[in-house]
Amino acid sequence: MQLAGLFAQVLNGLQYGLLLFLISSGLTLIFGVMRVINLAHGSLFMIGAYLAYALAGITGSLWLALPAAVAGGALFGAALEYTLFRRFREREHLDQVLLTFALILLFEEARSALVDNQFHSVAIPAMLDFSVRVTADFAYSAYRIAVLGICLGVAALMFIGVERTRVGSAIRAAAENAEMVDLLGIDARRLHTLVFAVGTALAMLAGALAAPLQSVYPGMGDGFLIISFVVVVIGGLGSIAGAFWAALLIGLIDTLGQAYVPQAAGTAIYVLMAAVLLFRPAGLFAKG
Amino acid sequence: MNVPIIEARDVSAGYGASQVLRGVDLAIHAGETIGLMGRNGMGKTTLIRTLLGLLPTQGGTVLMDGVDAASEPAFRRARRGIATVPENRGVFAGLSVTENLRLAARPGAWSEQRVLSQFPRLRERHRHRGNQLSGGEQQMLAIGRALMTNPRLLVLDEATEGLAPLVRDEIWHTIRLVRDSGIAVVVVDKTVSAVLSLADRVTVLVKGGVVYTGDPQTLREDAALMHRHLGV
Repeated sequence: MQLAGLFAQVLNGLQYGLLLFLISSGLTLIFGVMRVINLAHGSLFMIGAYLAYALAGITGSLWLALPAAVAGGALFGAALEYTLFRRFREREHLDQVLLTFALILLFEEARSALVDNQFHSVAIPAMLDFSVRVTADFAYSAYRIAVLGICLGVAALMFIGVERTRVGSAIRAAAENAEMVDLLGIDARRLHTLVFAVGTALAMLAGALAAPLQSVYPGMGDGFLIISFVVVVIGGLGSIAGAFWAALLIGLIDTLGQAYVPQAAGTAIYVLMAAVLLFRPAGLFAKG
Repeated sequence: MNVPIIEARDVSAGYGASQVLRGVDLAIHAGETIGLMGRNGMGKTTLIRTLLGLLPTQGGTVLMDGVDAASEPAFRRARRGIATVPENRGVFAGLSVTENLRLAARPGAWSEQRVLSQFPRLRERHRHRGNQLSGGEQQMLAIGRALMTNPRLLVLDEATEGLAPLVRDEIWHTIRLVRDSGIAVVVVDKTVSAVLSLADRVTVLVKGGVVYTGDPQTLREDAALMHRHLGV
């Protein structure tokens, strides 16, 4: 019984960590390539969740919401980059903080006007609304397993895209030296648009996936934003692989901590972040 | 004469309120080798950055193929046939040698295989990341990568600086080979004798203005100018 409970918590921690990865990988990529700190990234997560709530209400199922979050997120992200973030890339961080904080307020007001300020639950798709019996005394939610699988698939695609394709090498190159990328005849600004589109799509997908797990509510992105920053710092700014391992680590520490040492759980990840900033400021998983 | 690949006409440029270039004229034609000379801080790199589209002009015009290039951002000028080996080499530290080369690839005579044959050291180290290479290897990679774009014009800013003599010789040898293949070359280098023996024409900048443009032989014979502006 004890062991089954631990197993369930580990799975929960991994699944939470993978959702965190979807959010923080976009955050870290956008920072790495554009040097922009996007405080509104958590709001994009919220928008994805509300999109899922709205579409599930209309169609009766979550399934349409996932591709809609990805496609809508990509378009929305590209539009945000093209109209706003492009102009703030060379500005000071304070200007970027003010811009993205303003976006948080705008998005929250829009949510309040378009939906309301209540909590809403989103139904798990009927197809996955059952439990998988793992051992005689332990069963696990099929939907959570599906979320695990989708997140792992997205993580694999991200890794292949960034590490194994020409566009990915251009993105890594632009993160180092955008001017040199331009001098090779590649439009670095288009790479910025792409990165912002992908980051937004991932955050909104994470929101849509999370909607049935935790319901949708005002300000739901705030907590995720803060934890995602912890992930980005621990993984090393701009590092996709670092964000992956840090997200899993944070997901496990947070989930297991809340289950077994609730008194310490709230502070454990922040202590870890402070230690990383003190002793390994380039990130826990940085090479060399 | 035919239309220059790129041309500066009465160009002024600088950073913020400080003006570095004052009314510079320079034309680079197909197949031509230009030595851009002058002491430190005289505006060579600023002129190059202005030609490449990295720095806007404050006055005058930059023309590409005879057309005002003011609205052409750097990436488009590069795509139209200008490749650059910048002063700091610009090798991407986190990318492998192969990735650095392939990123630049555009169709033409210079393929990955040809670049690797030109620089066998790069072939040996093709899996290494940019930051794992020696200075000389990075310079070879920067030049090889520029050639991968199959440019009409290759711009080299201090390509031999800080390198061992043997590596320098290899770099100069390659630059000659590039020139002989018909690619136009602009070279900025502290090794005055090497530039003078390589270039078809030299331009000397002093305090952001051109004090000499012409054939290298005449400059070499003008001891006073050589001493005053180039320190030799």
